[in-house]
Amino acid sequence: MEGIWRTPSGFFGALMSVDHKVVGRRYIVTAFAFLLLGGILAVLMRVQLAKPESTFLSADKYNQIFTMHGSTMMFLFAVPVMEAFAVYLVPLMVGTRNIAFPRLNAFSYWMFLFGGCFLWMSFALNVGPDVGWFAYVPLSSLQYTPTKRPDVWAQMITFTEVAALAVSVEIVVTVFKQRAPGMTLDRIPLFVWAMLVTSFLVMFAMPSIMVASTSLILDRLVNTRFYDSSSGGHPLLWQHLFWFFGHPEVYIIFIPGTGMVSAILATFARRPVVGYPVVILSLIATGFLSFGLWVHHMFVTGLPQLGAGLFTASSMLIAVPSGLQIFCWLATLWDGRPVYRTPLLFVIGFIVIFVMGGLSGVMVASVPIDTQVHDTYFVVAHFHYVLIGGAVFPLIGAVYYWFPKISGRMLSERLGRWNFWLAFVGFNVAFFPMHILGLIGMPRRVYTYTADMDWAHLNLLSSGGALIFALSFALLLVNVIQSLRSGTLAGDNPWDASTLEWATSSPPPPQNFDRIPVVKHRDPLWFDTESMPVVGGLSVERREVLLTSLAEAEPQVREASPEPSIWPLLTAIATTVFFIGSIFTPWAVLWGTPPMAVALIGWFWPAGHKEDEE
Amino acid sequence: MRQTIVRNVGDLPTYGYGPRSGPWWGAMGFMALEGMGFALAIGAYLYLYAVNPNWPIGATPPDLWPGTAEVIVYLLSVIPNEMTNRAAHRQDLARVRTGLIVMSLIGIALLVLRGFEFAHLNTRWDNSAYGSIVWLILGLHTTHLVTDLGDTVVLTVLMFTRHAKPRRFSDVTDNVFYWNFVVLAWLPLYALLDWVPRL
Repeated sequence: MEGIWRTPSGFFGALMSVDHKVVGRRYIVTAFAFLLLGGILAVLMRVQLAKPESTFLSADKYNQIFTMHGSTMMFLFAVPVMEAFAVYLVPLMVGTRNIAFPRLNAFSYWMFLFGGCFLWMSFALNVGPDVGWFAYVPLSSLQYTPTKRPDVWAQMITFTEVAALAVSVEIVVTVFKQRAPGMTLDRIPLFVWAMLVTSFLVMFAMPSIMVASTSLILDRLVNTRFYDSSSGGHPLLWQHLFWFFGHPEVYIIFIPGTGMVSAILATFARRPVVGYPVVILSLIATGFLSFGLWVHHMFVTGLPQLGAGLFTASSMLIAVPSGLQIFCWLATLWDGRPVYRTPLLFVIGFIVIFVMGGLSGVMVASVPIDTQVHDTYFVVAHFHYVLIGGAVFPLIGAVYYWFPKISGRMLSERLGRWNFWLAFVGFNVAFFPMHILGLIGMPRRVYTYTADMDWAHLNLLSSGGALIFALSFALLLVNVIQSLRSGTLAGDNPWDASTLEWATSSPPPPQNFDRIPVVKHRDPLWFDTESMPVVGGLSVERREVLLTSLAEAEPQVREASPEPSIWPLLTAIATTVFFIGSIFTPWAVLWGTPPMAVALIGWFWPAGHKEDEE
Repeated sequence: MRQTIVRNVGDLPTYGYGPRSGPWWGAMGFMALEGMGFALAIGAYLYLYAVNPNWPIGATPPDLWPGTAEVIVYLLSVIPNEMTNRAAHRQDLARVRTGLIVMSLIGIALLVLRGFEFAHLNTRWDNSAYGSIVWLILGLHTTHLVTDLGDTVVLTVLMFTRHAKPRRFSDVTDNVFYWNFVVLAWLPLYALLDWVPRL
């Protein structure tokens, strides 16, 4: 069985891998590498702002750096890292042998990697985008930025969106069709529910940014007039398209975080999360509502008051499902017997920080306050509380929680506690003062300020906090390296958790499970303690996954699962050439398409494997 | 942990049709996100329409005949498409081959008509925001037409090789399914591109 599912050996074999665990691991490591790069940029900005009239960075460099920081963190770290965890964990948690469309999954990873490298190589060549992570027109139009910098930004978007959309479809189909028999809709682990909702959000939000970035490139390359007000175009069209994606984007990052929180809480509170249906309905409600908020990013653009009022109401409304979830988590802790290990510490840190970010969110949902603090450091403070609190703290908790499953070794608890406290203190010292800086008038995206503004002390404090926060990540890195070398062996289920990923060895074998489990309870490993019910009859001669019905997870089909292939990589290379070429010449559409078509045919043409021939 | 086999799935089929198969759901997912792309492009069109006092800007509306001819061909194409679908369910290889050839030819015919449609838009992409959005929407739908045609042609060739195994019939039905999406997507776009400028 292991032989059938194994990734071929050698360098070439590694490039062919379609194992969701291999691809997921690469995705996670790459996303964290981008976190490191984006984090270094943040530290550079904080060094620059630590004192007035600093000359550490030039204005031009600073513009590139804040744009690169935002773009890297949003498009190359936050969204991909959440999808990466889903790629690794969802198939294990639903009890199947590989993700749906494993070759698409491999393709997705390569697209993400190439897109990220494209952005960073451009930055190294001084063509890094410098128009802010949302690249507003007219600043990003050809007239005001005649360099290739905005094109690099826009095409990086295309790369990462293709990658994210592909993963989303895979997750949806994996959850819909590949759940272990008996895992009815009301037995799906909460993390999987969260990733399902997130995937739908990606599918309905990201096309908007693709329409936007494509039309921006067209405006810049072939003189279309989408955003040219002298020819009937409109700059606000950009803002609508961008934020129709950009607001759900926040929830695309936050909802997986809530899934991680639910998984960690149940394990360490030693009881299932209180209000399972409430949490799921909250996730779904958050997903729907997230599409009705985008205009609150545009309150100062002179929209009709009725519209502004409506979007204020919906912005406040979304606090309700988030609040419900928080009450469910608190009740779980209250009613459980909490074991305060590092993952749980990060969850508690999440609750504190996210609630504070949520509160400043309710503040900026109100038009008068938003008008006052728009484009100030208050907003910077708010969204870092929401995003770092809502996503990064759960994520680091998730690293401590699932690292033993992925690597087979435990992370150090002692370093973990240091990591948590440095992160918690460092984060608050870095970002809390920004609320005050914003209220006293410090605008975002300024590369320096004069001493007579009285912003120096708070900025210095914030920079000090940023260094402590950065140190906490260095500690995480040390912990990971030490543990990989000499960490305690984890065993299958070191935390005595209840979900299926803990039913297999750590790290899991290529086939994930020797036999597919049969699920009879929402917390199978707490319910079936003596012996695990499993399915027999799947092929042991070819790669096969079990497809089950959508609602009841009744077995339906033994479907072949694709073998390793080099074609996803070749397709990604052809697509990369096409994408990069098309920011320089429209003819790339002509000469770039045939190689892609050839690669795709190679990908789908049956290679005579057993899987293809039944 | 000890394992107890409680269920044997050895007698289940190795491929299924429609919602029983994985690729069908994959196609569904891509249709959802591509449909969203069309919806957003329509939204952008209507936004520009709303903010501009004159529409179409500096141009006459597109000539009606190419788009209308396409509508007719698209709607008629549903018939051979459905016949191919039924043949695939019956695993009737000969009819599936015929059906796929017919569908490939229809795709090529539509591509030719599409060329005429571009030529009769009566505006260039760089004339005004109107021209830009019209070319974008038509380009987007043409991309769908071309990719589906490519897929159909490759599948047609495949069904003439030794790889035309029973599970490929399921792929044929998924291809049929996706074609219906291309047809359905065209109807609102036709109304938008050809009739809204005449309002």
